Amino acid sequence: MATAEKYVGGGVLRKEDPKLVTGQGTFVESITLPGMLHVAFVRSPYGAATIGAVDTVAAAESPGVVAVLTGEDLAGEWAAGLPMAWPVTDDIRIPDHWPVAKDAVRYVGDAVAVVVARTREQAADGADLVSVDYEERPAVVDIESARADGAPRVHDQFEDNDCYTWALTNGDVDAAFTKADIVVTERYTQPRLIPNAIEPRGVVVQPVPAAGDYTIWSATQIPHIAKVLFALTAGIPEAKVRVIAPDVGGGFGSKLNIYAEEIVCLVLARRLGAPVKWVATRSEGYVATVHGRDQIQEMEIAADTDGRILGYRAKILANMGAYLQLITPGTPLLGAFLFCGSYGGEAYHFECTGVFTNTTPTDAYRGAGRPEATYAIERAIDALARAVGVDPVEIRKRNFLPTGEMVPSPGGLAFDTTDYEQNLDRALEIVDYDSVRAEQRARRESGDSKIIGVGLSTYVEMCGLAPSQVLGSLNYGAGGWDAATVRMLPTGQAEVVTGSSPHGQGHVTSWSQIAADALGIGFDDVTVLHGDTQVAPHGMNTCGSRSLSVGGIAVHNACGRVVDKASRIAAHLLEVAPDDLEFEGGTFSVKGVPDRQATIQEVAYAAWTAHSLPEGEEPGLTEHHVFDPPNFTFPFGSHICVVEIDTETGEVEIVRYVAVDDCGNVVNPQIVDGQVHGGVAQGIAAALFEEATYAEDGTLQTSSMLNYLVPSAAELPSFELDRTVTPSNSNPMGVKGIGEAGTIASTPAVMNAVLDALSHFGITDMSIPATPEKVWTAIRDAKGGAA
Amino acid sequence: MISAPFDYERADSVAAALELLRQGGEDARLLAGGHSLLPLMRLRLARPTLLVDIGRLDDLKYISGDGDTLEIGALTTHHDLADSHELRDACPLLADTASQIGDPQVRHRGTIGGSVAHADPASDLPTALLALDAEFIVQGAGGSRSVAAGDFFHGPFMCAVEEGEMLTAVRVPLSGARGVYRKFHRRAQDWAIVGVAASVQVESGAVASASIGLTNMGGTPLRAAAVEDALVGATDTGSIATAASRVADLPHPHDDEQASADYRLHIAEILIGRAVRAAMA
Repeated sequence: MATAEKYVGGGVLRKEDPKLVTGQGTFVESITLPGMLHVAFVRSPYGAATIGAVDTVAAAESPGVVAVLTGEDLAGEWAAGLPMAWPVTDDIRIPDHWPVAKDAVRYVGDAVAVVVARTREQAADGADLVSVDYEERPAVVDIESARADGAPRVHDQFEDNDCYTWALTNGDVDAAFTKADIVVTERYTQPRLIPNAIEPRGVVVQPVPAAGDYTIWSATQIPHIAKVLFALTAGIPEAKVRVIAPDVGGGFGSKLNIYAEEIVCLVLARRLGAPVKWVATRSEGYVATVHGRDQIQEMEIAADTDGRILGYRAKILANMGAYLQLITPGTPLLGAFLFCGSYGGEAYHFECTGVFTNTTPTDAYRGAGRPEATYAIERAIDALARAVGVDPVEIRKRNFLPTGEMVPSPGGLAFDTTDYEQNLDRALEIVDYDSVRAEQRARRESGDSKIIGVGLSTYVEMCGLAPSQVLGSLNYGAGGWDAATVRMLPTGQAEVVTGSSPHGQGHVTSWSQIAADALGIGFDDVTVLHGDTQVAPHGMNTCGSRSLSVGGIAVHNACGRVVDKASRIAAHLLEVAPDDLEFEGGTFSVKGVPDRQATIQEVAYAAWTAHSLPEGEEPGLTEHHVFDPPNFTFPFGSHICVVEIDTETGEVEIVRYVAVDDCGNVVNPQIVDGQVHGGVAQGIAAALFEEATYAEDGTLQTSSMLNYLVPSAAELPSFELDRTVTPSNSNPMGVKGIGEAGTIASTPAVMNAVLDALSHFGITDMSIPATPEKVWTAIRDAKGGAA
Repeated sequence: MISAPFDYERADSVAAALELLRQGGEDARLLAGGHSLLPLMRLRLARPTLLVDIGRLDDLKYISGDGDTLEIGALTTHHDLADSHELRDACPLLADTASQIGDPQVRHRGTIGGSVAHADPASDLPTALLALDAEFIVQGAGGSRSVAAGDFFHGPFMCAVEEGEMLTAVRVPLSGARGVYRKFHRRAQDWAIVGVAASVQVESGAVASASIGLTNMGGTPLRAAAVEDALVGATDTGSIATAASRVADLPHPHDDEQASADYRLHIAEILIGRAVRAAMA
């Protein structure tokens, strides 16, 4: 059934949803196998302690318990410690990291023993009965305490708590600061955030002892990388390991990792010869799944008297947590090139020191390094506007990089395509900036107890990770390509096999749109297969807003190869040269003789029967493509937030939120809007609500959703979205990426609005999150103690 | 979030529930809506050995009144309270309070009896009932007794219901007062950081008498007696605010991760002003 309909850019509904919203998805929790055993972890309640005797007798005798194993018992099972794939410097300190701790625990949640039982409840009951003698040690939970003289050491194997220092310098930074008329010096903190995917992590392992095979279902973003690393960590030949990411309910980077529980379940299945399962509880996830952010940033901008920026200095301290997970050290460096944002300048210095603490390890969390960088530059450019005495809009326009292609940025990267000012103008027009300013003045003049403020964030981010060579130069342990196979079936449908691994992003829909257009077949005639290492080609999975601009391009290009081959076969069938054919809407027709046609479905059938193919042509119509992009993509946009602050209580309400994003060409507008909605919500959460806090002894105080304040729809405004379209030149579809942009952009937009509202009190700084008490206290103090 | 093992029995009458409670001893608990107890059990912070499910005792789901007194069955849900036209007319404070509890799911499952007997100082309904001078009907093997709201709450999660007893009904005297509940919290479904229940009699535009209940300002719901006295005669924003400032006479509230004591007091003062003004409007 040929069709001329174009799906890319159109508003097709997500194919995934009917299944998911009717409860027909298959998540790890849904998987039950005959004879399956359940695993529960005994976890440290201490931030730092030496492990003494572990009494497992009562647990072993508990009903249904099959095995109770300590770190010592399991020590012989590991071929290697938990993997860390990004040794950012040659002298980075990489601590031993065993899936189950042996001698000491280093954060609350560190596993010390496992209980295996017939049911999940019996495993939990057994874990309750394991008694561990801990000798508590002094803990250190925050970056500055960890770097103080005489601080307790997280790892005795190192002489202090520093993990690495990585630096980057472009141009003559000292000269830029020396000749500057204005130097803005700011200090910001990035609170630690807890990722909250709706589906907790979980894993099921099915061993086939007679064959030495293992099938691992994991709620992961990275089945392909996991296959390699599971094999290396457990000491199993890679070819014997099959990893399946079934339906996965979100990740936000937190499932872009290799976790102790996955490896433990794998070795337990090997040891016990039975299928095993573990699914995290929400509270368990809060301590045992990586956290995000947690930085102290010193940010300096040097500018001339008009506020034209000459140079940047960013010095970052980043909390690694107790151990290095898969990309813990590299995560802050994903922002290393972006502390200059969308602005120009001649010199740039960035420096990051990673610091160990007795806390849950940090790692990628939506935006990963880029929200932190964007927050710093977008706050600092407002500080520069204040120093110069111009409006935040004006300071941005004075400093935007020029419009163009491959535009060099002070951070050292060349931005694919830029066009910033028209994007900002669109956002200003939607929000009606002058009217908002007028209302702000009116409210101040009338002494209204509710004041308003407006904040901007004109962000640029880098995604589409990435050229493999560039990743290699940064010491990253894998490539940045992705792969796709497109198979035309004899009955005329297509199977698209992708190396990306969706967990909520809607790849099945977007890939179907791309393939349907490229092959000229119906949207419903495309099936997308993913997430199973035995089915999908090797891939680099889904993270870093890379799926469409790398994996999607692989699909696009593989489809192109299918059409090329189909064209040769069609030409043979129609007895003309391939050059004499046109391909439109799924039909090959002879130029000038439009009624001489062959549909791609007819060609697919002919390729399958292979009764009559061109000389030397192989049967079948299946093609593969691996895309390794020549550059990152650099989406940008302008977010404008209007807040209303109740000066009596300090409550901040977002009354308007305008986001004009430019992610290049758009495949599915609704999916893009959804990504912006979710991303902005997460960035607002960081600005106003979420902050993970530890007590000095290492206890996670925000240990559940009761006191870790994930906002709901009721706390969020209706978003006003628009787009500009500046196609990327990093890939043939001109797409960029949108999965993280909302989170990257929104936190500083909100905080700039809060500070703008409070500016007439002389308040110029406040740490995130801007809680009501913090805002009220700042107003009270500014008024001299009487609010 | 996997509870420790427990036994489960469903009661088909109040008498049967009391007998099951007696058999279960001190570690038996009643299960009504489950919205307070089950989360504690899933975190293993509560480990009852027996749950006696009273959720199907439909004869404890009612709102009835004789003009002077309103009686509400213990299993009446928050939604039923919020949704009752009768209640909104006769006792607007209670309906307004119920409408602000948790989220729609919580309001459809949670019950007035469960909320009161759980005696969480951050709960909304106990405060409103304290401000309304309610009485609680407590039934035991030996019969039933009535406990005044002022005597009912003993401390955090502690109240006058003894082992082997159950709360069966709440009685509220009807005064014709106007009432408003105001709640300060970060997210729509959160517990109150501070809540204020204001029940106000107005004559000729001035406060004739007022009852002010406070949520989460101490170990039990509190009455702000000094504020109540000071409110008599108040007519406008200024005089109401002056009266509200007397909240500082109360014992100092607690600091926690949600709010400092000073901020709690400040918010209570602001909310009292807003609640009284709204009630008088």
